[in-house]
Amino acid sequence: MTTFDLSGKFGEYGGRFVPEALIHALDQLDNEYKAACADPIFLAELAALNKNYTGRPTPITDATRFSELAGGAQILLKREDLNHTGSHKINNVLGQALLTKRMNKKRVIAETGAGQHGVATATAAALMGLECVVYMGEEDTKRQALNVARMRLLGAEVVPVATGSRTLKDAINEAMRDWVSNVDTTHYLLGTVAGPHPFPTMVRDFHSVIGAEARSQMLENYGYLPTAVAACVGGGSNAIGIFTAFLNDDVKLRGYEAGGDGVETGKHAATLTGGSIGILHGAKSYVLQDDEGQTIESHSISAGLDYPGVGPEHAYLKDLGRVHYEPITDSEAMNALSDLARTEGVLVAIETAHAMAGAIKLGKELGPGSSILINCSGRGDKDVVTAAKWFGMPIGDVIA
Amino acid sequence: MTNLVASVFANAANENRAALIAYLPAGFPTQNDSFALIDALLKNGVDLIEIGFPYSDPLMDGPIIQAAVQQSLEQGIKAKDVFAAVQHVAQQGGTAVVMSYFNPIFRYGTERFLDELTKSGGAGVITPDLIPDEAHGWLKSASKHNVSNIFLVAPSSTQERVALVSTAATGFIYAASLMGVTGVKSAQIQIVSDLVARIRAHSNLPIAVGLGVNTPEQVSEISKFADGVIVGSAFVKAVLQAPEINSAVAAVGTLAADLAGATRRIS
Repeated sequence: MTTFDLSGKFGEYGGRFVPEALIHALDQLDNEYKAACADPIFLAELAALNKNYTGRPTPITDATRFSELAGGAQILLKREDLNHTGSHKINNVLGQALLTKRMNKKRVIAETGAGQHGVATATAAALMGLECVVYMGEEDTKRQALNVARMRLLGAEVVPVATGSRTLKDAINEAMRDWVSNVDTTHYLLGTVAGPHPFPTMVRDFHSVIGAEARSQMLENYGYLPTAVAACVGGGSNAIGIFTAFLNDDVKLRGYEAGGDGVETGKHAATLTGGSIGILHGAKSYVLQDDEGQTIESHSISAGLDYPGVGPEHAYLKDLGRVHYEPITDSEAMNALSDLARTEGVLVAIETAHAMAGAIKLGKELGPGSSILINCSGRGDKDVVTAAKWFGMPIGDVIA
Repeated sequence: MTNLVASVFANAANENRAALIAYLPAGFPTQNDSFALIDALLKNGVDLIEIGFPYSDPLMDGPIIQAAVQQSLEQGIKAKDVFAAVQHVAQQGGTAVVMSYFNPIFRYGTERFLDELTKSGGAGVITPDLIPDEAHGWLKSASKHNVSNIFLVAPSSTQERVALVSTAATGFIYAASLMGVTGVKSAQIQIVSDLVARIRAHSNLPIAVGLGVNTPEQVSEISKFADGVIVGSAFVKAVLQAPEINSAVAAVGTLAADLAGATRRIS
C-alpha cells in the first residue's frame, strides 16, 4: 500500500501550511532528499552509520515472562532502546544530518519533548561537526533534566521555551521561527512524522528500517509474521517506522496514544482519539483544538507524547481503518513500565510504556497462540526520577 | 462591485503617497480599548487596518505580537470579536482586512467565515501560513464573496513562486521585507526593493511591504518603490509600553501621524 502521493498528501492530510518564506527551503530539502535516495554513496554512508555507529540491526527479544501478564500472547520486543543514544530517534537524525551536509548547511536546529530527539540531534551534530541548537519547552527541561545535561555535554545549545504551554508544541513554534530567520545556513532537523512536506515522508522513510528489519527477523527467526504490531504514538515516528513494512500484510496494527488522566477528563494527548481535523505546524491532520481552532494544551506524564498534533499519515491510516488507535492512561503506562522492568529486566521510556500497556490489553483480547510485536522505542534512564516519584520510592540525596 | 482594497491604494496613489497599513490584534489590550486604538489610527492617517485573529500558535510572529495575542486569548477573544472590530473600522469609514493563520478560518468554516466577514464590512484576508498551492477552495470562496485574498511573497521566493502568488492573489501582494518573524529584525530596504521589482514583472496589483518596518525613515524609503507600507509590532509595542489606555491611544496616534507623514513621495 502506498499512502503517499507526489504532492505530499496522505488523502486529504499533510501538505504545506507554512509561510511562503519557507517554501524554497522545503523544495530544496525535497529535491536533495530525492537525489540522495538515488545516490548509492549516500545510501552506503547511511547504512554504514546505522551498522557501525547506531548498532543496527537491533534484536527482537521474546518477552516470555511479560507474556503471562498479556493473556499468554507471545510478546516480542523490537529493541530500538538498544540503539546508540537510547531510542529510535537516531535513525532519522543520521539521515537528515547527512542531508544537511549535502546542502552545505552548517547549523541544525531541533525541537525536543522528552529530549530523545534533542540528544540524538546533538549526537549527530557532534559526529558531523555541525552547530546545534535545541528548542525545548521550559516545562520539559525540568522533567527531563538529565537529557538537557546530555545535550549540553554533547556540545549543543539548549534553549528553554517559555511561551504558551512551555512544552513540545511551543518548542516547534520557536524552531520554526528560528528556521524562517536563518534558513540559508540552517536545516530544521524535525524529529517526527509531522510538519510540512517533505518531513512526514522523509522521516518515515528513515525510520522504516525498524519495520523492514523486524519483518525479516520475524520470518527468519520465527517463520511467521506477528498477529499484531503495536507502538506508542505522539507525533508518530516510531509507530510509522515499524508499521510501514506491515501495511500490506494480514497483520493488525495498533497505535497507543497518551490518554493522560483519561480522555473523558480533557487532560490527555490522545489526538487521534479525542481530536478533530485541523492544521498545526504546517500540515493538515488531527489536532486537539477548541471550536475556534485554538490549539488545546495536551497533558501526559510522558514528555515525548505530550503533543496536541499527530503526523498526517496516521490521520489517513486511522480514516482508512488500517491502524486502530487507542488511548492509554498515565497510570496504565506506569504500571506496564514497572511490569516490564520486573519481568524482563527492561526499563523502557514512559513513552514506550504506553505501547507495553496496550500490548497487555491486546494480548488478553487475542490470547495464547497470537503474537504481538511491540516497538520498544526507547530506554527509561531519562525517566528514572519521574518513575521513582510516581511509585513513591525514595530517590535519595543524589538526585535531590 | 468595487473592491474596497483597490480603492484604498488608488486613493493613496492619487495623492502621490504610499498607503499606510496598520496591524492590531483583535481584543488588544481589551475589546473596548482596541476600538479606541482603531479610532486613533484612522484619525491619524492610516488607510487600511489589519485586524489580527489571535491564534495559539503564531509561528510567524516575534515576541511583541506573541505577547499581545496571548493577552487577547487570555481574555477569551473569539471570532465574533474579530468581526466586531472589523465592523467598527467600517462604521468609522475605514477599511479593514483580517490577518489570520489558516486554522481558525478552517475550523470556523471558510464559507461561514467569509459570510460573517462581508456582513461586518471586511474587505480582505491575509493568510500568512496559507500558500496558493493549498488554497484552491479558499480562492473560489473568497472570489465569490468579493473578498481580497492577500498572500505573502518572501525574499526567498523563486520567480516561479512569485509568478504563482501573483496569479492567485487579489487586493494587494504582501512583500516580506526580510527573512524572519514580525518585530525582531529591521527591514532590508535593498532586498525588498529587488523583491518588489520582481513582483511587478508578474503583477499589476498594488504591493505593500511589511515585516521589520517601524520608523518614518524606513517608511519614507519604502514609499519610493512600494504602494503600501505595513506596520504592526511598532504599534503593538507602543500599547504594551503605555501605562494605561489613554497614553496608549496618544502614543499610537502620534506614531501613526509620523508614519503617515513619511508616506508622501516628494516629486
